Amino acid sequence: EREKHKGKRRNGDRQKNERENQRRKRPSKLVQGIREESQSKTERRERSRRRRRRAEHETSIHEGNERERDQTRAKSTKSKKNIKNEKTRKLEGKEDGEAQERSGKGKLKLVCAKNEEKIESGDQLKEKEKALGVKKKKKKRRKKPETSEEGDDEEEVNNDGEVRPELLSPEELEKLKDAVDEKKKLIQSLRGKPWPMKQKLVTLRESQLFVEKYEGALGKGKGRKLYAYKVMMTKKWMKFQRDFENFKTACIPWEMKIKEIESHFGSSVASYFIFLRWMYGINMILFGLTFGLVMVPEALMGRPYGSIPRKTVPRAEEAGAMDFAVLWDFGGYAQYSVLFYGYYNNQRAIGWFKFRMPLSYFLVGVGTVAYSYMVVIRTMARNANESGIGDDNSFNFSWKMFTSWDYLIGNPETADNKFASITTSFKEAILEEQESRKDDNIHLTRFLRVLANFLVLCCLAGSGYLIYFVVRRSQKFALDGLENHTWWERNEVNMVMSLLGMFCPMLFDVISTLENYHPRVALQWQLGRIFALFLGNLYTFIIALMDAINLKRKEEKVVKYNITMWEASLYNGTGSENSTAPPITIHPADVPRGPCWETMVGQEFVRLIISDTMTTYITLLIGDFLRAVLVRFLNHCWCWDLEAGFPSYSEFDVSGNVLGLIFNQGMIWMGAFYAPCLPALNLLRLHVSMYLQCWAVMCCNVPQERVFKASGSNNFYMAMLLVILFLSTLPAIYTIVTIPPSFDCGPFSGKNRMFDVIQETLESDFPAWFSKVFSYASNPGLVLPFILLMVLAIYYLQSTSKSYKEANVELKKKLQMQNEENKKKNKQAALKAQMDLEEARKMYHGRNPSLSAGDREPQFSARGPGPRNGHNGNHGNPRYLPGFRQQSEPRMCRVPSLERH
Amino acid sequence: PELDLLVGHGQQDEDRQDVSLLHGRYRELAPHLVPLDYTNNPDIKVPMALIVTMPELKENPFRDRIVETFSEDGQGNMSFNDFVDMFSALCETSPRELKTIYAFKIYDFNRDNFICKEDLQKTLNKLTKGELTPEEVTLVCDKAIEEADLDADSKLSFSDFENMISKAPDFLR
Repeated sequence: EREKHKGKRRNGDRQKNERENQRRKRPSKLVQGIREESQSKTERRERSRRRRRRAEHETSIHEGNERERDQTRAKSTKSKKNIKNEKTRKLEGKEDGEAQERSGKGKLKLVCAKNEEKIESGDQLKEKEKALGVKKKKKKRRKKPETSEEGDDEEEVNNDGEVRPELLSPEELEKLKDAVDEKKKLIQSLRGKPWPMKQKLVTLRESQLFVEKYEGALGKGKGRKLYAYKVMMTKKWMKFQRDFENFKTACIPWEMKIKEIESHFGSSVASYFIFLRWMYGINMILFGLTFGLVMVPEALMGRPYGSIPRKTVPRAEEAGAMDFAVLWDFGGYAQYSVLFYGYYNNQRAIGWFKFRMPLSYFLVGVGTVAYSYMVVIRTMARNANESGIGDDNSFNFSWKMFTSWDYLIGNPETADNKFASITTSFKEAILEEQESRKDDNIHLTRFLRVLANFLVLCCLAGSGYLIYFVVRRSQKFALDGLENHTWWERNEVNMVMSLLGMFCPMLFDVISTLENYHPRVALQWQLGRIFALFLGNLYTFIIALMDAINLKRKEEKVVKYNITMWEASLYNGTGSENSTAPPITIHPADVPRGPCWETMVGQEFVRLIISDTMTTYITLLIGDFLRAVLVRFLNHCWCWDLEAGFPSYSEFDVSGNVLGLIFNQGMIWMGAFYAPCLPALNLLRLHVSMYLQCWAVMCCNVPQERVFKASGSNNFYMAMLLVILFLSTLPAIYTIVTIPPSFDCGPFSGKNRMFDVIQETLESDFPAWFSKVFSYASNPGLVLPFILLMVLAIYYLQSTSKSYKEANVELKKKLQMQNEENKKKNKQAALKAQMDLEEARKMYHGRNPSLSAGDREPQFSARGPGPRNGHNGNHGNPRYLPGFRQQSEPRMCRVPSLERH
Repeated sequence: PELDLLVGHGQQDEDRQDVSLLHGRYRELAPHLVPLDYTNNPDIKVPMALIVTMPELKENPFRDRIVETFSEDGQGNMSFNDFVDMFSALCETSPRELKTIYAFKIYDFNRDNFICKEDLQKTLNKLTKGELTPEEVTLVCDKAIEEADLDADSKLSFSDFENMISKAPDFLR
């Protein structure tokens, strides 16, 4: 049924075309303009005369011609077709006679040309050439798809096609080939022509027929199938690529959320979320390492809970070990689990495939830090690369204007987002533009900036001293014993820290308004200052921790002594009774044990992370959500406008959030060695943060007043992250290298230093020669030259990269200069040409003012090149004035081809 | 029908399907106007108000301009041929040059073959739903013309437009 339907439609179309074509003679004629140019006008006129003359004798000559042709084709087996042809010709003849006036140069002309070809055999070559031209034209102008005769037509065409190539000389073959190629090109480029569909169709069908016919003759038709196959494959490949791209985008987590935020809040807020996502990725890897190589093996293959003292809750704590308060503080059962360092056994190999637990623990600890360094530095390098190359801003606004709409959007919400994002991007661009234009009193600005920096330095120094003072005082209190002091004195350090953290950023914010920086630069300054402040935080924390470690180690010494005494008394007590009896089994919970400072450090970090997370979430809920709710719903019944006035809605605090994230990550790096659960906790935190903050931003924050583009700030975040990474690995490495591990807990118990595990492995697991080589390699005589070499290499690479950068900047400048010069030249040329024209017009008017406008036209168009010539990219050409011509003399465009003048 | 020949030869079957699909879409817009059988009455036009309800155009800020540009009468009443024209130009595989030509036509609101300042302002207001202040709009338009105008006539001719758009990184449409 569908087939039938289609057929019907096709028929209808044909009829439609027929009607259409009569209407549409003009446009299709235009298409053939190229052909027409090749034939001189006189020739054409002559031919039309001839044709008229011959139309009268047509039928007779025709038959004669047919006979002649039969003779030449005696051997060919197409006689049947010829008979048919004869009929066709007759029919055509009649029809053409009728349609002569109507269809200008139709099939008739073809017939004439053929006749000429046969009759004037002396002039054969020339005539044939002409015939070829006519033939082409005929194919192009086949405006009457006679439905009844199409099949016959086809055959006639075939006959002609078969005859021609044999008769043609090599030159003509060449020409034919060229024509076919041209047609092919036309077919290929047809899709790119802004014609209406019908015109395209007609042209296409004609050209296709032409190509089919002659291509077969030239023996090139076999490529068609291959071509079709190729086209199909490219289509499929493109579709696949598109799908794959979509798939890839769909695989990026939270991409849509971030895009939505970016569209409403600008790229600076989005940059925070992108940073958060990147952080999430890193923590995923860290979590994988610690979870897969440390926690799971110990939990599965290590000795079970309760088998040895370090894996058992001590008797004294047993009663409250399951209380929520204790667990929340990571004591009790949580403390004696795989979550912390102390739980791990120092057994060299565990499980049935001899997993080297202590070695694995050590390597994972080192590996996480090494991996973090690698990733941060690599990302920084990539970011630097990207910012170095890109940013061709020559058409910034025009591109934004013409190419920013995504034509695939069909969803109203997406469309709203797109509108918002386009508006935001325009605002960003406008801001940049205004900033670049702005230049007021440079001296005043400089003075203010220096002043601001001075003030900030004062602030920082003051807070630094305050922290130092408070920490010293608290150490004194700790020595006295905390019980003798008030609540304030006990919590002084924490309170001072959080007060500083709350008020100093505000102060910095106020100071930074003095400086009058671009908001992006201002954000970086703000970040740097708060960063310096937070370093104090870190410093106090580390000091406090070191003190605690020292205390624990003193305690440990005492415990160690006590234990030996206890053991001795135990053995003495039993040994005196019966020396052959099996040693008394004591429940591991009852065994006295050391304080295990490593677990204590781990616990501290975990508690810190938890409390930090809680604070963040609670401030988010109260400071943003509650405030937004209050402002929104109390606005009806309040004395002043809450939304526009004092509390209003909060803006998203990029700098604070970024720094929170960075410092949080620093804590993870510092503590992950002693608490393998930290990456897992952090992963959880980041995951929740992502959703919570996305939601909070979208529902309770308003966009910043000055939305700015975040390009480049990403690397600034990275730089801070690198500093923090360095600062946080320092104490970790210090403790690992200098402090001996606890004697009765953790994977390294019983060793002098934690890194002894490497040596142990080398000695027992590798062949002897390997450890020998290793010891030679670690000889200072080899290591020092190696380090020297590395320093030299770094120096060399750095200097080369610097020179490359300079060259790059230089080239960019040159390019820009060139562009501007070109533009200037163009403008000058245009102006000059305009003046020339004015002058010429004046002169012309002066000479013969009575001339009509129609007469004037050719004169002017003769002065300059046609509009096409001007467009060929030669911008320096002083006669380049396409716009001008069309603008001042619109009629000139209609002046036909230039060859006439 | 034979319209499908257009899409390139050698894959007519697929294209025939495409065209009959398109016809389905076209008919969907106005079932009472467009006959299922397209044999005898090709002179049917669907008004713009119906065309712009298509999901492809519904959210497009330039939907009216697009429909006007592709319709033969310039008023937005589209025949099936115009409809096919529109889709073939807007489809992903259509060549860049063609898109450039039609994009220029679309952005040329007053049809004087130049994108002048008023056109730019209209474009910008459509793109941002009028959320920029008049000063900002003027600034952006001035900047855009300054950037792209090569012959100092303070409006964009097609060659200016082509030059600018050919360098754009994401002219995909």
